[in-house]
Amino acid sequence: MGHVTSPAPVEIERTESAEEVFAVPEPDVPWVTIVHNDPVNLMSYVTYVFQTYFGYSKDKATKLMLDVHHKGRAVVSSGTREEMERDVQAMHGYGLWATLQQDRK
Amino acid sequence: MPGTFEPLPGGGAAVALDDVEISIIRSLAVQLLELIGPGPGADTPDDPLAELFADGPSEPPADPVLRRLFPDAYSDPEGTPGPREAEEQRAYSAEFRRYTENDLRAGKRENALAVIRSLDELSATGEGGAVLKLSPAESRQWLSALNDLRLAIGSRLDILDEDDTDLLYRLPDEDPRKPMVMAYLWLGGLQETLVSTLMP
Repeated sequence: MGHVTSPAPVEIERTESAEEVFAVPEPDVPWVTIVHNDPVNLMSYVTYVFQTYFGYSKDKATKLMLDVHHKGRAVVSSGTREEMERDVQAMHGYGLWATLQQDRK
Repeated sequence: MPGTFEPLPGGGAAVALDDVEISIIRSLAVQLLELIGPGPGADTPDDPLAELFADGPSEPPADPVLRRLFPDAYSDPEGTPGPREAEEQRAYSAEFRRYTENDLRAGKRENALAVIRSLDELSATGEGGAVLKLSPAESRQWLSALNDLRLAIGSRLDILDEDDTDLLYRLPDEDPRKPMVMAYLWLGGLQETLVSTLMP
């Protein structure tokens, strides 16, 4: 006590296999909310949800809706994991099919 | 026009419905309520905190309609996760479900109840129908409920992609799915015109 001890060797933490390292969340990588295409939801309704919930302009909301429709999915928001869970929950409330994931590219 | 919401001056929307249409929407909303089920506090109605502290389920619902209404939050439908990543996604989805599904079910229940309540408050016009008038807040509840009803019917009809929707338009009259398809398309028209009255 009272004197500085030598720090624990940091390297000792890094003995995991490559596979395990892959599963460790990287705090700097943002999370994204993805909305998936669905033949039931009306295009006008999806646009309405993007405008109403995210506050996006009509142009931006329409572009995202068309991405969902034509490409099968669109990233509609990004941020912390907690923020994205909130967005996904809201999308499920509206009946949109949404998931979140870390934006590994 | 029948089956078409019109905006009301000063906000809100109105639609003329006949008795058959009223009973169809009401009966579908009741079925949706029964499917979503009572809240977790239903067994202990004397304890107002029961619902607050009850954990939601961690497993996806068995019913395909409920699975569509409450999908897994961490499972990428186009992803091909390895075993370890798939296990991680399942665990995260289960945790998300535990903390959100009760609230989501409550929200959908409230919207379906709002639909039933506004239909029950309708006063007949004397010609076998009535004009339903919704405030902006009621319009938003109706919009979500109509969407949930269409998702439910779409799931029962196995509408999985755009081609399935096209097929439905060409069903022969004798097909047993025809009445459900007619209801699905009609609700789509109602929702389409209601959303246009709400567009910011």
